[in-house]
Amino acid sequence: MKINKVKTGIIAAAVGMASLISTPTVMAADAQYIGSLVYRTGPYAPGGIPWADGFADYINLLNERDGGINGVKLNLEECDTAYNTDKGVECYERLKNNGPTGMPAVMPLSTGITYALLDRVVADKIPLITSGYGRADAADGTIFPYVFVPPATYWGGADIAINYMASEEGGYDNLKGKKIALVYHDSAYGKEPIKTLEALAGKHGFELSLFPVPHPGLEQKATWLKIGRQLRPDYVLMYGWGVMNATAIKEAAAVNFPREKFIGIWWSGNDVDMVPAGKAAVGYKSLQFNGVGADFDVHKMIKQVLYANGKGSADSEAGIGEVAYNRGLQSAVLLTEALQGAMNEFGNKPVTGEQVQWALDRLDIDEARLKAIGAEGLFDPIKLSCADHLGKGRAKITQWDGTQWKAITDWIQPNNEMLDVMYKESAAAYAKEKGITPRACN
Amino acid sequence: MRLERDVIYIILASLLLMVAIPWMAGTLSEDIFFEWPFFFEVAIGGLLSGVMYSLVALGFVLIFKASGVFNFAQGAMVLFSALTLVGLNEMGLPMWLSVIVTLLVMLVLAIAIERVVLRSLVNQEHIILFMATIGIAYFLDGFGQTIWGSEVKNLDIGFSQEPGFYFDGLILINDFDLIAAVIAGILVIVLALFFQYTRIGRALRAVADDHQAALSVGIPLKHIWVIVWAVAGIVALVAGIMWGSKLGVQFSLALIALKALPVLILGGFTSVPGAIIGGLLIGAGEKLAEVFIAPMIGGGIEDWFAYMLALAFLVFRPQGLFGEKIIERV
Amino acid sequence: MFYREAGEFKASYKADQAILPIRQDRWFIWAILAIAFLVIPTVSSDYWLGTIMLPFLILALAALGLNVLTGYAGQLSLGTGGFMATGAFAAYKLATMFPGMHILLVLLFSGTITAGVGILFGIPSLRIKGFYLAVATLASQFFLIWMFNKFGWFTNYSSSGVITAPPMAAIGDVLVTGAYATVTAKYLFTLSIVTLLALITKNLVRSNIGREWMAVRDMDIAAEIIGIKMLPTKLKAFAYSSFLCGIAGALWAFVHTGSVEPLAFDVNRSFQILFMIIIGGLGSIMGAFLGAAFIVLLPIFLSNAPHWFGLDIPVDLISHIEAMVFGALIIFFLIVEPHGLARLWQITKEKLRLWPFPY
Repeated sequence: MKINKVKTGIIAAAVGMASLISTPTVMAADAQYIGSLVYRTGPYAPGGIPWADGFADYINLLNERDGGINGVKLNLEECDTAYNTDKGVECYERLKNNGPTGMPAVMPLSTGITYALLDRVVADKIPLITSGYGRADAADGTIFPYVFVPPATYWGGADIAINYMASEEGGYDNLKGKKIALVYHDSAYGKEPIKTLEALAGKHGFELSLFPVPHPGLEQKATWLKIGRQLRPDYVLMYGWGVMNATAIKEAAAVNFPREKFIGIWWSGNDVDMVPAGKAAVGYKSLQFNGVGADFDVHKMIKQVLYANGKGSADSEAGIGEVAYNRGLQSAVLLTEALQGAMNEFGNKPVTGEQVQWALDRLDIDEARLKAIGAEGLFDPIKLSCADHLGKGRAKITQWDGTQWKAITDWIQPNNEMLDVMYKESAAAYAKEKGITPRACN
Repeated sequence: MRLERDVIYIILASLLLMVAIPWMAGTLSEDIFFEWPFFFEVAIGGLLSGVMYSLVALGFVLIFKASGVFNFAQGAMVLFSALTLVGLNEMGLPMWLSVIVTLLVMLVLAIAIERVVLRSLVNQEHIILFMATIGIAYFLDGFGQTIWGSEVKNLDIGFSQEPGFYFDGLILINDFDLIAAVIAGILVIVLALFFQYTRIGRALRAVADDHQAALSVGIPLKHIWVIVWAVAGIVALVAGIMWGSKLGVQFSLALIALKALPVLILGGFTSVPGAIIGGLLIGAGEKLAEVFIAPMIGGGIEDWFAYMLALAFLVFRPQGLFGEKIIERV
Repeated sequence: MFYREAGEFKASYKADQAILPIRQDRWFIWAILAIAFLVIPTVSSDYWLGTIMLPFLILALAALGLNVLTGYAGQLSLGTGGFMATGAFAAYKLATMFPGMHILLVLLFSGTITAGVGILFGIPSLRIKGFYLAVATLASQFFLIWMFNKFGWFTNYSSSGVITAPPMAAIGDVLVTGAYATVTAKYLFTLSIVTLLALITKNLVRSNIGREWMAVRDMDIAAEIIGIKMLPTKLKAFAYSSFLCGIAGALWAFVHTGSVEPLAFDVNRSFQILFMIIIGGLGSIMGAFLGAAFIVLLPIFLSNAPHWFGLDIPVDLISHIEAMVFGALIIFFLIVEPHGLARLWQITKEKLRLWPFPY
């Protein structure tokens, strides 16, 4: 009896495997395929779900309202990575050849997956767009032809945060002798800003203290006792992610560190992280590379075209306009604008990754274009070139008022002269290690 | 609980080291800030965090004691119970009713686990049962999120998150941590009394001692397992409520099991008081190390330090501080 | 009828001591190797080779390493991820310090370095046993990952702490790492290494070292009494196991992903490898491969399945169902055969002796 069960199992598995090899993916031949790596499950799902909803809503909006881009329908397929690098690579490899022309670009939404794909995208000629994460030095388009980092980098974010602190103190001169603490997720992501901050500390004379928090960051009492009761810094900057953010804010409250002096990078500024922190989060500040709010034209359009007809991706309209949702929108805008650029050049049919890379090298989303999209003020204009894969790299400071984020500054420009030198240096070191010859850009 | 002499020596020695090493570090190194009030603040904060680890470790101990199963699914049970509680509450049930329904759900879960898993794997090697609980963990993670979703849910049980009060005008103590410690303390006392004085408790101890002997004097093994898993479910719910109100109810709750493991081996797999003492030692030890030793080597050492600390204890007592002595015969 | 040793006579001790004394087994293994080396690279797509077969082989190698330690020598370990990380970072340092070094030498040396680290962390096993040891090995896991994360020297002071593999050739100018290596080259290179190491391991566990390991596993006090020295025996197991895990880690970082951060080898990796050997079968070379196949392939199969059957299920639900089915299947297989897939395979062979005739 026992064996029979097993045999049935083995046969079922074999049949499944056979179908795995034989069944081709059914796809509309004349639609533009878009593969999207999302994480709607796993430990970081709370931040991943609104992003995925925003991304899907914008693509669906184009399909429903305009019939796609330049008359070419968009065919969106999601693949769940659970923020796991192995799964992310598998998703990428599975999706990359789908559709008539393959995946036009990949947005892995995770620094770990980004690193795992760096080599692959070059070989596959698929642009890798990492909005506000991944390798900062990929701003150098001569060495990373297939990697794009608009609208901002971790290094730029660190500079903007210091810039804001300086303006709070009344100028860079007043930063001298101030104490600034960096609380960071002890991983590739969290360590990115350290070099920039060290350079800035040397330049402006503030004292930088580093506080790594081991993954996943459930327990930070010791860190915050050191910060709040011993060091007592003038500002705390946080590069946190997931459950680490809420825990940090709660612990900051527990040691009475003023939330107004506590600034997070954009990934520490999700709405979902503020929920468990409750009242403790009031006054906490965060950088955002997109605007906040749900009353831009594009939101109204999404509600009207999609949600009114029951075609929205999120469970309810309540999630529209959350920071992570807007980020999903922004990524979708970036991608679809690049697709449109590629179609304008190569004809109104599905485009390949190589063609999208050509378009991204010339991407120009100006104020007028943003107005047409309905996102004027929601996103910063972006202009890329062959050598510059970043754009202005600006971000805003926002503050949590207990229910929502409020922008308290306009777009802040990072010190790009200093950062450009750092990007170039780091990219050159990478090129040397990997034996890459920089491409000529003119 | 019989305290053996070497256990007392080990605990006293470790307490001495916990005071002496930070003090030495503070005097010898410029980088390290050492003052007695601050030292006590860190130590008390650590002890209170340790109690939170104990809450999770208790669930492991209960199950290991009665069935010899190293229950990898304890973390998943914490998550599942908290998700169920918050989910029911969001559906409109009042809090007290949600708690009762959640308890019933945990009881049903215990029965299901006994029926499907334990009964089929009776008398198998430990590692096989361990693997089976991993299967349970995967299943519960998927099941809980299918029903209740993966978003963060807020669990507010009305404890303040504000700084708390100053003891002696210098030492800051957090209200929430203190309440958590009291709850954990009550739970341990109740469990200890339950084990010591009730009929079921006696049966549980008998089963823990020797399955075969217990069976032969007529103790129904299957019922005992259901009871143990249900009690572990209750402990998981309490841990879920405390951790959930601290971190928000989300998938990451399942990861706190990793913080409970060093507590578990330090205290011994089979001892309820061991889980508490282990929690206190690990909590205070890792916090003191992070504050007073870590600055010399770069910080972020909490995680591995807890394991190293437990490892150091194991070298002196391979069965943990309060674990049953391992007697080997040929 | 088909699988029967009757009628096969051995004329020499050498033939009798062969790894596979039965003719059908030999044919079977040769057929598997032929399929692996010749058929799979020609018929499967890049997706299959690069995303499924490559990680499967590398993780099977790591599982083989852990199976030596846990399955043969009886020392439960959860430090596999840490040892894989050691191999990866050692390989990176070697490859960047000595740019001309051949990749095989890099792998060999990184395995050797990992073996040294393994011996160091194996010392507590002399006193600590069972689950206590398993949890204690987590100390090495967390410590090693922390160390690679913390000290810039290991990553040549890269700002993010990520290491990337330089392009390296295996034979002539056939690249096996870097952006321009073909998937087929990577696959064949990894397959050759894994096959070679599996063969060495198989012979090792049949030798007196392997028998010492098994004696320690079955009852260490008894083993000590019959004259097996605990210290060298256990440490040899840790060394060889870490050697294999180190090579697996180096292959993972260099051949599979190309660039990794230490978190790629976090504690989940250790658990994953442990699951493989328990599901596959403790103390079996075959088991390491079967277990790796189960743990690597099944989730991919489950997450793809709804798609092939034309079902349109949201991705989050697929992931949740995947976790549930995966968990249920683990329990199912353990109930059917607690000693793993390798034991199932043995039972199948037993049945094949008679099949299709019942007597």
